[in-house]
Amino acid sequence: MSEIRHEWPLFEVFVRAKRGLNHVHVGSLRAADHAMALHHARDLYTRRNEGVSIWVVRSEDVVASGPDDKDAFFAPSGDKAYRHPTYYSIPDSVPHI
Amino acid sequence: MSEEQAFAEVIDKDQRIEPRDWMPDGYRKTMIRQIAQHAHSEIIGMQPEGAWITRAPSLRRKAILLAKVQDEAGHGLYLYSAAETLGADRGDLTRRLIEGRQKYSSIFNYPTLTFADVGVIGWLVDGAAICNQVPLCRSSYGPYARAMIRICKEESFHQRQGYELLMTMMRGTEAQREMVRDAVDRWWWPSLMMFGPPDADSPNTAQSMAWKIKRHTNDELRQRFVDMTVPQAEALGVTLPDPDLRWNAEREHYDFGAIDWSELKRVISGDGPMNAERIARRRQADEDGAWVREAAAAHAAKRTEVRA
Amino acid sequence: MSFDDAYQSLTDHDDDARWAYGTGFTDPLAGVPSALPDGVDRGDLAAYCLMLGDDALILSHRLQQWVTRAPEIEDELALANIGLDLLGQARLLLTRAGEAEGAGRDEDQLAYLRDPGEFRNVRLAERADADFAELVARLLVFSTWRLALFDRLAATGDPVVAAIAAKGVKEVSYHRDYAAGWVVRLGDGTELSHARTQAAIDVVLPLSGELFVAHPVERRLAELDVAVDPAGLRAEFDDVIAQVLRVATLTAPSQPSPQQSPGRDGDHGAELTEILAEMQGLARATPGGVW
Repeated sequence: MSEIRHEWPLFEVFVRAKRGLNHVHVGSLRAADHAMALHHARDLYTRRNEGVSIWVVRSEDVVASGPDDKDAFFAPSGDKAYRHPTYYSIPDSVPHI
Repeated sequence: MSEEQAFAEVIDKDQRIEPRDWMPDGYRKTMIRQIAQHAHSEIIGMQPEGAWITRAPSLRRKAILLAKVQDEAGHGLYLYSAAETLGADRGDLTRRLIEGRQKYSSIFNYPTLTFADVGVIGWLVDGAAICNQVPLCRSSYGPYARAMIRICKEESFHQRQGYELLMTMMRGTEAQREMVRDAVDRWWWPSLMMFGPPDADSPNTAQSMAWKIKRHTNDELRQRFVDMTVPQAEALGVTLPDPDLRWNAEREHYDFGAIDWSELKRVISGDGPMNAERIARRRQADEDGAWVREAAAAHAAKRTEVRA
Repeated sequence: MSFDDAYQSLTDHDDDARWAYGTGFTDPLAGVPSALPDGVDRGDLAAYCLMLGDDALILSHRLQQWVTRAPEIEDELALANIGLDLLGQARLLLTRAGEAEGAGRDEDQLAYLRDPGEFRNVRLAERADADFAELVARLLVFSTWRLALFDRLAATGDPVVAAIAAKGVKEVSYHRDYAAGWVVRLGDGTELSHARTQAAIDVVLPLSGELFVAHPVERRLAELDVAVDPAGLRAEFDDVIAQVLRVATLTAPSQPSPQQSPGRDGDHGAELTEILAEMQGLARATPGGVW
């Protein structure tokens, strides 16, 4: 790949579709600064009335777990079925539980 | 489990490869090339229709067309965004485009001669694109598949507005009907070529299918497009320019005439009527905008210094 | 593997919770009574709606000319959004002009079949941009003025015009933000961008005089509380522009703005003739055409 890099940094965009929902990652864009990133996110990702709130964050500021961490991070919670309500058997005759 | 095995298992189980997963170099390269070409096609694809925005003959059509061409810019960005998750850089991809080192769909190298072309591009070109793209919503690379879902949803309006325009024009004056027929005649064969060379001449298809980057062959998709489009042409009252086009009851598909592949090769290799102009326009915008992008970056850098 | 039905698949992705995808579009004029307010001269209201509608229509045309030419693809989207907002305002205002006139002309007849001398836009809207700096400088001037105007117009006596203005306030606020952001970035950015943006301000700001000249139609309607006298917008306008220029390290030209507004009476430059030739050519060349 050539040495020419894009002039503006990459930002990740998160949109809250409506009140009561989490912000969801929708993609990325290029912007020179945070204010521009918000404007661009509005123009790019909410053209169809899709959002009520936007977060932007510099892509390089995102710290992510890697695929190599998968086992150490996520496997240990896999055997703890007692955290789930369906682990416990309660007779159908008992109401509201 | 080795990295290769883990990759193969994800593909095998029809799950998605995500950006930080290990992937074969060939997969990464193929993916970047395919997504970048797709992104370039969206951006170059703004030009043929964009030329009619200022000349649209009603304010409603003007708004629709401006929104549609804007969507294409958006789709280009969704796709560049997906390519960047693979380590590509948009500035670099743009330079590859304007230096002619990466391709875009050759369909956009044809001129748009009348306003009926706006309708026919929506109906046939976007219709063909949708046929190509819907299976890509299940492409094995997660960010690409997700971009395609969004794009396909948004493009359903593109096809419908085109068909609606043609229906309206067919109800208009004889001159308008003639514009529609002429546009259909010019765009039909190029639309069929959008699906790429026949399977026998498509060397990359097998690997792309194995990696689930592609889900159907070129010929399968082309047949599907023809089957969907013929009844639409009948409803519109236009004749598709192919004397060999007829229903084959045995195959349960429409047969259609032989495609002039020499023309496709000529257009792909950069010899289309508008190739030089399309690239020149993109390059001009990139060059004219350089001082603006640079100024914004300089301003941002100064503000960071002030804050620190 | 089964073959996707391309069209089925477009509608049966039941993933709206995961994929933000908008619904709930609204009609800005839903429930707004369309009767003309008592005592208002039809011709005056029609002319006033044409003034504000033509401003939007013609500036939108200039923005449309930027499509595929913006400095960055993200800005393609931003400029298209602004162009669409203005086009939407123009359509509503031309439609209202046709209603007020009462001669059965709709938005398209008004947009496509009037000659340059019948257009009532300010000249600021029609001039061509030499570069991106002029685009954003003009947009800053135009939207700062229009926002101040719509803010007040939203509380005036024609329910349709007031509703259009109320909707427009939200749109034009964004346009002003976008333009101001760029004027600041370019003014403060590099030596080159500073020089170009100062040059743009030097050209564009002196054209702002016409924005504050009250036309007799505006004066008559303002007395009935159906229009806004633009003379009253000057202080707010000057304030906002001064703030933006300060942050952008730019200076306002000392050259005074001419205090006349020929565009409001249909007196335009050659640039409007060019715009209309492009905009109206096809519609006029296809008599009886339906689109």
